[in-house]
Amino acid sequence: MPTQEAADLIGLTRELVTKELAPPVARAEATETFPRDIFRTLGRAGLLSLPYPEQYGGGGQPYEVYLQVLEEIAAVWSSVGVGVSVHALSCFGLFTRGTEEQKQRWLPDMLSGELLGAYCLSEAHAGSDPAAMRTTAKRDGDEYVLNGAKAWTTHGGHADFYKVMARTSDDRNGISCFLVPADAPGLYADPPERKMGLTGSATATMRFEGVRIPVERRLGAEGEGLKIALEGLDSGRLGIAAVATGLAQGALDTAIAYAKERETFGKPIIEHQGLAFVLADMEAAVQSARATTLAAARRRDQGLPFSREASVAKLVATDNAMKVTTDAVQVLGGYGYTRDFPVERYMREAKVMQIFEGTNQIQRMVIGRALSKDDRGTVSVTKENS
Amino acid sequence: MNIVVCVKYVPDATADRHFEADNTVDRVGVDGLLSELDEYAVEQALQLKEKGDGTDEITVLTVGPEQASDAIRKALQMGADKGVHVVDDAIAGSDSLATSLVLAEAIKKIDHDFVVCGMASTDGAMSVVPAMLAERLGVPQVTFGSQIEMQGKEIRIRRDGDAATEVIGATAPFVLSVTDQSGEARYPSFKGIMAAKKKPVETWSLADLGVEAEKVGLSASWTQVEDTAARPPRSQGEIVTDEDGSGATALAGFLASKKFI
Repeated sequence: MPTQEAADLIGLTRELVTKELAPPVARAEATETFPRDIFRTLGRAGLLSLPYPEQYGGGGQPYEVYLQVLEEIAAVWSSVGVGVSVHALSCFGLFTRGTEEQKQRWLPDMLSGELLGAYCLSEAHAGSDPAAMRTTAKRDGDEYVLNGAKAWTTHGGHADFYKVMARTSDDRNGISCFLVPADAPGLYADPPERKMGLTGSATATMRFEGVRIPVERRLGAEGEGLKIALEGLDSGRLGIAAVATGLAQGALDTAIAYAKERETFGKPIIEHQGLAFVLADMEAAVQSARATTLAAARRRDQGLPFSREASVAKLVATDNAMKVTTDAVQVLGGYGYTRDFPVERYMREAKVMQIFEGTNQIQRMVIGRALSKDDRGTVSVTKENS
Repeated sequence: MNIVVCVKYVPDATADRHFEADNTVDRVGVDGLLSELDEYAVEQALQLKEKGDGTDEITVLTVGPEQASDAIRKALQMGADKGVHVVDDAIAGSDSLATSLVLAEAIKKIDHDFVVCGMASTDGAMSVVPAMLAERLGVPQVTFGSQIEMQGKEIRIRRDGDAATEVIGATAPFVLSVTDQSGEARYPSFKGIMAAKKKPVETWSLADLGVEAEKVGLSASWTQVEDTAARPPRSQGEIVTDEDGSGATALAGFLASKKFI
């Protein structure tokens, strides 16, 4: 940790997740209950606004610190970790492209967690290729009229505002970004998706049926929407990499605790080399996920390009989380396969992390394209903070 | 009104406890923190301050080794205004009587209207320091409060006992101690963490307090820990095997023998 405050912040996060998140997590996930109150608690503690500047009520912390807080949250409850990352992402366009007036008006309430955010980019037929979207926003006087449906919206039906990408012209990239309040007439949420994991996090299709939005709720210029969305995704990928790292750490901790206690052939199974090697590989996977994620975060904090590194971090951390959580089930054996232990849930949760925020195939595409433009790998020497 | 909150830096109760060769608790080689029972005292002080006119100031006072400043920092992050840390090698090993002497002399040097303590420490668990402090300061002791009300300088607390619930009143100055039923302690916020960096913390030695080194520490303590022993490992419980249908009777007999039924 770079500073005493950052170390204290991690301490506060651990205390909060131990006392507030750990007790309800298993039940909330089993009953598919979205923990809205937890986000208020995290917001009051200042954990939802860490990477944003203090003048808007943020914490002014570098991504290196924010991501480690996110990891601590996800290590106990990955649905909440994903929610924090999505919320941070839903504030991103307003912060980067909003006018000063827009920021002063909305950002403080969003960052305090009083308002929970969601992010509407994907459509049923347009996931990896967002420019194929069909949701439209037609200008009508001082308003835009939104029509269409947005799929896979995390916090859909629970959020207080939606950051929405919609088509404002027929050009492939003619897409704009809007901040839509949840109570806008004509905005509906479908029943939540019945997911394999992250069942404590609500995911729904949002329907826009003639939703009228004043022009002052457009972020950036007309046609900048796709750019705003993609800019945010690089940071979002770092968030998901941190969440995956936390999830893997949680699974590893559970596996180690079990392996120290469970005995076969007269000794704890961690003392059997075959099992210890599995745990050692899990530890290596978690550590390398964390190191890769934080290396990308430091580039972002220094103002260096980090798109390629963010994709590498997302790819490595989520593939590692899939492997580590699968191995955690193996370590717990038959018990690991039951719903009485949390590792089968971790395994189900890890799977989606290889899919959302850009599938891992898309990450490879981003990395491959970067390599085709520049034949070097990441430059390992970066400038010092001055 | 100005409030002094006495807090203790204790070994993390969830970790293993170790003892030095002289049977004092090892406070150096282990993770420590602000005693959870003292968090309730900080909380009550903050609530009393929030009901006040905004001029109140909360000073957090601790006596302990270098790392005990962590306990002060946590209380400042929760919202206290300033800290005083009494640190002196001669204090090591002090029992509650000696500790209360150091605390009392420090409190006398701090502008205050009353003192708030936790109900006990989570390590020594003696519960006597608040009463000793009141005696040394010559003020009423209002201890084990589970509900605290204050109007002006008048305080009324509820003390829940086994046989009766008492309502105790006093007029400031006094020493108040609060229980873990008095209200959940708040979490610091990130803003609190940042604000705490700018809050003043003074470090005082015994000389600053005019306390002679011979009056404190292990050698001056009236009580002495003669021996410590690790808790024995948990023994296996009794297993009732039901082979002939008599299991339920055996189980009921066991519960009755332990007076559970």
